[in-house]
Amino acid sequence: MNIISDKYKTVKPEEVTVWFKAAPVTAFPKDGGACVKYKDLQIAVFNFERLNTWYACQNLSPEKQEMVLSRGMIGDHKGIPMVACPLHKKTFSLENGENLNSDLDPIAVYPIKIEDDFVYVGFSE
Amino acid sequence: MKTIIVVGNGMVGYKFCEKFVAKEESKQFKLIVFGEEPRPAYDRVHLSEFFENQDAKALEMAPAEWYTENGIDLIVDERVSDIDRTNKTITTAKDRAFSYDYLVLATGSSAFVPPIKGVEKEGVFVYRTIEDLEGMLAYAAKIKAKNPNAKAAVLGGGLLGLEAGKAVMDMGLEPHIVEFAPKLMPRQLDSRSSQVLQLKLESIGLNIHLSKATNQILGDDGYITGMEFGEDDVLDVDMLVVSAGIRPRDELGKNSGLEVGVRGGIIVDNKMQTSDSNIYAIGEIALYNQMIYGLVAPGYDMAGVAVDQILGEETLMPANIDMSTKLKLIGVDVASFGEPFMPASKGHSIIFENKTQHLYKRINVSLDGKTLLGGILVGDASDYSMLHQIFLNGMVIPEDPAQLILPAGEGGGSFGDVMDLPDEAQICSCENVTKGQICGTIESGESKDLADVVSCTKAGTGCGGCKPMVKDLTEATLKSLGIEVKDTVCEHFDLNRQDLYKIIQVKGYKTFNEVLDNHGNGGHGCELCKPVVASLMASINADTANKEYAIQDSNDRFLANIQRNGTYSVVPRVPGGEITPDKLIALGEIAKKYDLYTKVTGGVRIDLFGATLNQLPLIWKDLIDHGFESGHAYGKSLRTVKTCVGSTWCRYGMDESVSFGIELENRYRGIRAPHKIKGGVSGCIRECAEARGKDFGLIAVEGGWNLYLGGNGGATPRHAELFAEQIDNETVIKYIDRYLMLYMRTAKPLQRTAAWQERLEGGLNYLKEVIIDDKLGIAEDLENEMQTLVNKFECEWTQAINDPEMMKRFNHFVNSEEEDDNLVFVPLREQKMPEKWV
Repeated sequence: MNIISDKYKTVKPEEVTVWFKAAPVTAFPKDGGACVKYKDLQIAVFNFERLNTWYACQNLSPEKQEMVLSRGMIGDHKGIPMVACPLHKKTFSLENGENLNSDLDPIAVYPIKIEDDFVYVGFSE
Repeated sequence: MKTIIVVGNGMVGYKFCEKFVAKEESKQFKLIVFGEEPRPAYDRVHLSEFFENQDAKALEMAPAEWYTENGIDLIVDERVSDIDRTNKTITTAKDRAFSYDYLVLATGSSAFVPPIKGVEKEGVFVYRTIEDLEGMLAYAAKIKAKNPNAKAAVLGGGLLGLEAGKAVMDMGLEPHIVEFAPKLMPRQLDSRSSQVLQLKLESIGLNIHLSKATNQILGDDGYITGMEFGEDDVLDVDMLVVSAGIRPRDELGKNSGLEVGVRGGIIVDNKMQTSDSNIYAIGEIALYNQMIYGLVAPGYDMAGVAVDQILGEETLMPANIDMSTKLKLIGVDVASFGEPFMPASKGHSIIFENKTQHLYKRINVSLDGKTLLGGILVGDASDYSMLHQIFLNGMVIPEDPAQLILPAGEGGGSFGDVMDLPDEAQICSCENVTKGQICGTIESGESKDLADVVSCTKAGTGCGGCKPMVKDLTEATLKSLGIEVKDTVCEHFDLNRQDLYKIIQVKGYKTFNEVLDNHGNGGHGCELCKPVVASLMASINADTANKEYAIQDSNDRFLANIQRNGTYSVVPRVPGGEITPDKLIALGEIAKKYDLYTKVTGGVRIDLFGATLNQLPLIWKDLIDHGFESGHAYGKSLRTVKTCVGSTWCRYGMDESVSFGIELENRYRGIRAPHKIKGGVSGCIRECAEARGKDFGLIAVEGGWNLYLGGNGGATPRHAELFAEQIDNETVIKYIDRYLMLYMRTAKPLQRTAAWQERLEGGLNYLKEVIIDDKLGIAEDLENEMQTLVNKFECEWTQAINDPEMMKRFNHFVNSEEEDDNLVFVPLREQKMPEKWV
């Protein structure tokens, strides 16, 4: 099953070569997430309105390899913005993907930019 | 530099190395370890897990690199064949010689194969090493290919034999356990506990044969086909695993002239020294006190003694060795400690037995009733840690020792304050963490709360069984340091649920952010506080989960239950369990249309599984069109009111349980509470609705209903308590309204009514005073609040599908109509299920 997770690699802002125009800002709930499809990737995108910041990560929960992270609740853990997996509440940093309450592998995170009320996710290929 | 040679790289040999390198003085020694198996030491205790994953690496005590990193020469796949004590050298089977200053024998034991005629036949195995297991697996595959119903027997019903029984069962063979003694685990259990264990194992599918002496192994062409016990007593089997005990591997010591016992084993003193002072023996090779200790814990202690002795410390092996064990055998808890059996002249035994639940508990108490001497637990060993601690530390026991083992609801109590334990008491046996370490990390200021304690000490990260003890210790230590133990919902609020309830009610807040901005401590919320506030808003304002869906818990957010593969299950309400044939047909047709797996749930509703996010609204629409509504099976809210047939049809029925159950279910549907709530209504004392296992339960009796409150069928089952007798329908509703509202106002997040009621100061009497006598003068307010919620009920599914804005959340992708392509289903009994988790 690791074959799936191998598709998801963290992209740093300086590595972005493609800005994918995902969906309008209004498609995402405030202080919540939704899922974006890009080629064969599923990307969870979060509108962290309280921080006035957007985050993106793989939709795949590394715990049981299910496509569910976009449906998780967001918030912060000791100041670190995070998402909690809806299956068993494992939490991951939205900044660097680190698993905050267990020892699971980190998840991949992606840069986001907003232009003209549209959400763009950054990929490197 | 002096050289130590360790012969044997099993669990005890490894433990010697581990304890040795942990000592500063060890740097003055060179350590060489020989193992005859092809791999480094592995956890033989959990050998049967090898069948589940066939991953030898997972059983490793430490990887090969560990030895290198610690400067140890590990030589595997090479047997030591000779010791020259005069010249202090050893020779290996590969004819290599090495000199030593100290020699540590940790050669362990081998499986004992009794001299039964025919035991040399093909298909007879021992259960000892990974190689043995691999041989069994290959043979099992071969015989199964010939005969899918192939049988395997295990000779020996001891601890290891039962593990082997599970192993052959996992291989898909019909498992038989053959034991010579009249009971299972003869060393650990008495005959009554053996009977309880036998019933449990048989219910899982193991065939148990006791008091069987095997005369010979039958077979054709050198292959095993059966076992013969008596002339006409034969068991056909295709494979046999011998697990009839162990024999110490003492040939090396014996050949070099070390003193050995009559029945084998190298004699050692309390320094673990053999008759040659430069040679130590530890583990199952060592004969100490005329005994071979076949448990890993004494072996580890012996390793520690040998390390200390070689490094010049005066550690000695204690005269009495604790043989207590607790294990999960084939999913069944089995534990014994101290003296499990005892002559009547020595003390009294207290026995609690429940064969239908496969439960047996026995404790042995001294004649004066003051000390605990030992005991046996089968089926539920959750009391083991505390009992073992009481035994080890000679702690005072209650005047009525029965309280130590009786279930809480039946006269037993939570005995023993964790703070009374000595510092060296082991709390977490998986990670080897003592009470002293847990309290110490708080006292030193390193840990400030439970989460810190867990991350500092690793306590509770193994099986998790000690978590409640760790929590109690943490809170008690914090309190003793004068630190207030906060009962707050999470790091984002310095308030508990009750405070938040009052604040939201008085201030009239409508959104999570309002509450957080005005009363939070600067953070942004999390998966703990968001659902709490969402639930409170619902309890106070009768908001449905649609209103602010991003703060709802996983299930409420999508108004369905998220299941194993991220799909959802849908449960329409079937009030009281009464359903028309047309509605039944509609459920079946809808399930068929969307290819859903259907099952009648434990709460007697029909559950439709396997719906993808985007199918949910379509399914709800079809259900609503056929007269269904949301069953709230996803919420912390009323799930079901289970009813029996009642006087509607039943020839014994005293009252109309169905009608009243429907009325109650419709009254409390959709109401959000700290946890889920269930009800039950039985039409007579035969109690077919199991109402006393519910949060509120009714049983019809002559002259009205008996009302029971605070039952729970969850992780800690508890019968509801009788609250009022022979009351009419109107009074029932009045009391339940008051009860539920009081619970919703004052319980902690995710606290069930049972736990809430148990911890309520004043207990059931206090509840009666408040609810029946209206001691606080709030009864009417509680009723009014409940009535407001009842009046405001709205079906969340209907609400969602009628509002395009709310519907936005039900697409898997926001930029595509496609579904999740990661989903895999496999067939199961003419339906489907998610692929197994890796």
